Amino acid sequence: MGVAPILDRLKILADAAKYDASCASSGTAKRNSTKGGIGSTEGMGICHAYAPDGRCISLLKILLTNHCIFDCHYCINRKSSNVQRARFTPQEVADLTISFYRRNYIEGLFLSSGIIKSSDHTMEMIVEAARILREEYDFRGYIHLKTIPEADPEIIHRAGFYADRVSINVELPTDAGLTRLAPDKNARQIEGALGKTSSDIIEAKDAKKRFKHAPRFAPAGQSTQMIIGADAASDADIVGRASRLYDSFGLRRVYYSAFSPIPDASAVLPLKRPPLIREHRLYQSDWLMRFYDYRPQEIMQATEADGNLPLDIDPKLAWALKFRERFPVDVNRASREDLRRVPGLGVKAVHRILASRRHRTLRLDDVARLTVSLTKVRPFICTVDWRPTMLTDRADLRKLLAPKQEQLELFAA
Amino acid sequence: MTALQHVKSHAHYTVQLPRSDDFAFWRESARALIQCDIPPDKVAWVEPGGSGDLFASGGMRLPEPPADAPPVRASKRYLSLAANAALHRDPARFALLYRLLWRLQANPRLMEDKADPDVRRVEELDKNVRRDSHKMHAFVRFRQVEEADGAEHYVAWFEPEHHILRANAGFFQRRFASMRWSILTPQGTLHWDRETMREGPPAQKADAPQGDPVEDLWRTYYASIFNPARLKVGAMLSEMPRKYWKNLPEAELIPELIAGAQKRESEMVAAGERDDGVRPESLAAIGEAIQACRKCPIGCLENRAVMGEGPSDATLMIVGEQPGDHEDQERRPFVGPAGQLLDVHLERAGIDRDAAYVTNAVKHFKFTMRGKRRLHQSPTAKEIDTCRWWIEGERELVRPKLVLAMGASAARGMLGKTVSISKVRGEPIPLDDGSELWVTAHPSYLLRLDGEAREKQAALFDADLAAVRERLAELAGQ
Ligand code: SF4
Repeated sequence: MGVAPILDRLKILADAAKYDASCASSGTAKRNSTKGGIGSTEGMGICHAYAPDGRCISLLKILLTNHCIFDCHYCINRKSSNVQRARFTPQEVADLTISFYRRNYIEGLFLSSGIIKSSDHTMEMIVEAARILREEYDFRGYIHLKTIPEADPEIIHRAGFYADRVSINVELPTDAGLTRLAPDKNARQIEGALGKTSSDIIEAKDAKKRFKHAPRFAPAGQSTQMIIGADAASDADIVGRASRLYDSFGLRRVYYSAFSPIPDASAVLPLKRPPLIREHRLYQSDWLMRFYDYRPQEIMQATEADGNLPLDIDPKLAWALKFRERFPVDVNRASREDLRRVPGLGVKAVHRILASRRHRTLRLDDVARLTVSLTKVRPFICTVDWRPTMLTDRADLRKLLAPKQEQLELFAA
Repeated sequence: MTALQHVKSHAHYTVQLPRSDDFAFWRESARALIQCDIPPDKVAWVEPGGSGDLFASGGMRLPEPPADAPPVRASKRYLSLAANAALHRDPARFALLYRLLWRLQANPRLMEDKADPDVRRVEELDKNVRRDSHKMHAFVRFRQVEEADGAEHYVAWFEPEHHILRANAGFFQRRFASMRWSILTPQGTLHWDRETMREGPPAQKADAPQGDPVEDLWRTYYASIFNPARLKVGAMLSEMPRKYWKNLPEAELIPELIAGAQKRESEMVAAGERDDGVRPESLAAIGEAIQACRKCPIGCLENRAVMGEGPSDATLMIVGEQPGDHEDQERRPFVGPAGQLLDVHLERAGIDRDAAYVTNAVKHFKFTMRGKRRLHQSPTAKEIDTCRWWIEGERELVRPKLVLAMGASAARGMLGKTVSISKVRGEPIPLDDGSELWVTAHPSYLLRLDGEAREKQAALFDADLAAVRERLAELAGQ
């Protein structure tokens, strides 16, 4: 049987990778090629193109193969699915990466794979593609390897020496969801692999401090991904899980991937429009925890009776509406922490307010100049010339502030 | 006002910059002008190609700063912003920078006042330039050409918005040090031969190569990595504005990808199409609904769905694979030869069939025609998974404490994965709803065996049933 041309296989194996949410290529060790090789990791991860789905293309994101011996119901590549199958050799992946990189299409490679023969065999092949890139092409660009938790920890460990980032997907927010939708996977094994990689990363950092030539190990850390909307987990469950993952495994990021309708979907799944807004709200709450010092409990407080974040307003506004007694905040006096709680004030705007108020007492039109939207901010602040009269008590405040049915995420075209 | 300042205020100065991006030159001139105490409204800054006669009186030669002039002060923040803002294409940038520098002498912390219009403007210029540089790092697309000496040469055409070309030479040099490359722009060109950087005169798009064989692969990648179920054109446009599209080989696909997205998404959905409505809430209603079910190809054969039967609050649920010829005709589960054999063994084990809810993993009979006979065929994993929707409904309503799955298909209907019977038989497997699953062979398997093999398997089957009976007694006692 002949092997299909590389173009046809690329089509299949990139298409199969489109459900992976991560595209980050930032936060790794600085490298360049002035002393040989090719590539650099300068700049905060460059997005070389954007697809019409609004997502950035920074890496060549492909599967080594979409053949799989596993049968996870949410996955298009599962054994019982009828999709067209293809595979690359590690050499082909390395060559493709280099020819794209030389033309400045990408920052590097994000390699994932369906499981062929065995988890160990597949993980070996993934590592081999990275080895060719690093050792034979002396590639200095970014490499992200998706590791297979069922594989021998020794092989997973080797991945960390070639990769900037490794990721291990927890797949579903709850163990029950995993048991139901990914019967071949095991939550304990996944967490075990996350834990092992986490300690490998810490160990390598420690060694690097003491020995100058200690090898680097996944300098951009590890991340994970979970699928949203395929099981019954609520946003509160998801946020709780994510924060435990951040705490226990020192993850750089938890990615959320709204479950997409996949061709040849398994009957066990809900076949619905992807909950893109829901995914967006989860990213917003992730952002609040990472940059605005919200505690996971506070995000959970912003959820509604069913444990889900409201879809019509963002989580910060949802929280503020629940805790109206904390407002209005005086922009001329309030602490940075309190200012950051004001819906509509971002980290930058807060910084600008703090810097400016050393020079002048801020009036409402000063605030207007320092922020993106005054309308959003106004009900929650006071200035020398402005105090919201009972606005925060108004029962219809939410309706006033919710964006007007602007379903940005859904078919904006 | 002193006499000296009064005299100076009549003079106008024009500073001619040698290059549009020559910040060092601007800085030297600005420093001298400040030291001579020349206010911003007396200075015109002119870049190559700009008009120099802003002041009717014409420009004067720059004065020499007095030897005892105080040093010019500028905050770090100012300097880093200014160096970048100077690359903006706004002709007023140098005047703005000078005005700010002038004001900084009296108010060294001016840059902190983010509400000041000059500060805001210079921050804006800086931001635009940084963004343009960033886009250059991202959107330069090299095309490979073969040189006469056989060496590979990578050439790109790019149209920056601001005067950023020279400032970004280092980025490309550090990244592509081992490649021979050129970047051509309407403002000038850069050429790297793996050792030295050479600058050249402005170029035209026609000077750049027209294509590259790898571009087809790149476009294929671009089109395939896009998920049509997530169309967000606005998000794309805000990061990749149209003005850059004309030099991005993949951008020509965008209109077609957007136009086709709805169709591709509905195809994705249709390919997995099922009527995903609400599942009926009584056994009788499920029994009716499966008659009309066509979710999998089995439902489209000449057959009739067979519903489970037994008490709706049974403790034990027995699950087989699918109805056979007899079951299909009588529309009752386990009435054919396998059912009769099952009855014998159940009785021997002391399990009352009438107290159990008996059903199948797949509701319709799958067969092929051999002459006039309908020959049993096993359902595929996908068909079992599809039909799982129904048996889960039955399980939810009956709420058995113990489920006995007979055969690999039945086990898959419960677990969603294929298990090996020899590995899992004889042990309970906990299920999500708190019930337990026991797996054993399907009686039809016994029917296909003879002699010793049959005896051996029958004994195993009996042992499994006995264990189940014991467990049922335990559960009843609980
Ligand atoms: S076998 Fe099951 S899924 Fe297939 S058509 Fe019949 S009832 Fe529907």
